[in-house]
Amino acid sequence: MLTLEHVYAGYGEAIVIDDCSLTMDEGESIALLGRNGVGKSSLLLTVMGHTKVHRGSIRWCGQDLVKVPQHARARAGLGWVPQEREIFKSLTVEENLTVTALPGKWDLKSIYALFPRLQERRRNFGNQLSGGEQQMLAIGRALMLNPKLLLLDEPLEGLAPVIADELCVAIQRMIRNEGQSLILVEQHVEQALCLTHRAIVLERGRVVHNAQCPDLLGNLSVLEKWVGVRVAHP
Amino acid sequence: MSDTLARDSRHLTFLRARERWKPAEIAFWFALVGVYFVFPTNLIFVSQILITGLFALSLDMILGYAGIVTLGHAAFFGIGAYAAGLMAAHGWHEPLSGLLVAGLAAGIAGYLSSFLLSRGGGDLTRLMITLGIGLLLFEVANSATKYTGGVDGLQGVEVGKLFGVFGFDLYGKTAYAYVLGIAFLLFAFTRSMMHSPYGLALRSMRENQTRALAIGIPISACLTNIYTIAAVIAGIAGALLTQTTQFVGIDVLSFQRSADLLIILIIGGTATLYGGFVGAAVFMLAQDRLSNLNPQYWLFWLGIILIVMTLYLRGGMLGGLSRLADLYRHWRNKERP
Repeated sequence: MLTLEHVYAGYGEAIVIDDCSLTMDEGESIALLGRNGVGKSSLLLTVMGHTKVHRGSIRWCGQDLVKVPQHARARAGLGWVPQEREIFKSLTVEENLTVTALPGKWDLKSIYALFPRLQERRRNFGNQLSGGEQQMLAIGRALMLNPKLLLLDEPLEGLAPVIADELCVAIQRMIRNEGQSLILVEQHVEQALCLTHRAIVLERGRVVHNAQCPDLLGNLSVLEKWVGVRVAHP
Repeated sequence: MSDTLARDSRHLTFLRARERWKPAEIAFWFALVGVYFVFPTNLIFVSQILITGLFALSLDMILGYAGIVTLGHAAFFGIGAYAAGLMAAHGWHEPLSGLLVAGLAAGIAGYLSSFLLSRGGGDLTRLMITLGIGLLLFEVANSATKYTGGVDGLQGVEVGKLFGVFGFDLYGKTAYAYVLGIAFLLFAFTRSMMHSPYGLALRSMRENQTRALAIGIPISACLTNIYTIAAVIAGIAGALLTQTTQFVGIDVLSFQRSADLLIILIIGGTATLYGGFVGAAVFMLAQDRLSNLNPQYWLFWLGIILIVMTLYLRGGMLGGLSRLADLYRHWRNKERP
């Protein structure tokens, strides 16, 4: 579904994504891991067209993506939840959700079933939400596009543990019950590995390790080497 | 965008609920009909308020909803005013077709200039570009005295009977009904547009352009559309002024008109649809009363009003009113056991 071949991309002349290749099939979920600054978010930005691609090809469902304008990528089935959440503050929760909804299995009803808090808050404005609620809304808004692939950039960052758990359950439901394809960038390595099927480790803008999540969880030396964290054995 | 949404009935129910006219809105328009009977001697003045309100509504579409700042919106008002004036002065006296041509002329100008605005750049760039276009057109009208009459204004504007039946009379009765009818039609059109998914898309664009792009809103196309539509409405407002006063002064293109319009919209409240009309009424009544009090210094009072309002009444008159209504509701709920 998504194929990157030897992609070099970055901001202006600076290269952040350096010879990156990966493929992803429909229904798959990938955890994108790596230390700070290795280009995890930039990889998502590259897929969404917010960086300058110098070389390489990005194919999406058989179509060359590099020249596709940013707004058309969303319409082509790429949903993106950026790290900053970026809720429309002066729109209500419901307006945020309906602003560019596309028909499909995700609609207001199924989003509210996934995030009941959003239904309670549906008349509230974007700036009247807690951080966790904003994150739920950001994910819900991206899902309303009924994307074939959802890109989640550190959704758990800065959330209270209870809320983070609630989000994890929702992400798990998206993957297990709805078969939602997604790429999850996350610093909470353990949680990310428990949620997704496969993990990709980035280092200096390139893929250095690619494994099934259970295998990686059993191979702590790789994690320590590339991600730099000690993971308690599950 | 709207056709994809229309397929999902759930979204439609939600949007229809928003679209229903509220009692206060219905009262607003009936009150304007009532003015015709209650204040028959002030119809000319109220017509002017309505025209300015309509003009401010067109600014609200681009500034309030889409977040495009401009200091040259009078350009489109002026183009409409001159288009209608030139037609009427050169033998085409039918008013409705005059409005159409004026709207079309302003729309073409809006469409062309929208490309200058969508070429990146921030608010400052847009302020300068719109200011530049406004000044440019003013000087064109100023120097083309042969066609526009320059600073003396365009003379000899003769407007025929409305529907071939109702002549424009000295008391402005026909003019008032005509202006009110056109203003209402354009308002209803704008209202339904702003309550559609397209309106939501504009508001998202105002909030955060990158994010709007990321969820599939074609920003440049939206900008071009809304700027063109706003220019058409501004042009029609200009034409209404020409037809009801049977004269075109060069001030229709002046910077002062663009600046006043901004003040009017901010006094009334942005992104509310009614802010323009409320602002126009407050501004023009204040101008009328304060200049009666002291003809030379009315701008002094306006300056004070403007500073106080922007500092303490965010969201303008309508924003203040809705906060008062909230407080009242809150208080009433508390009173209840």
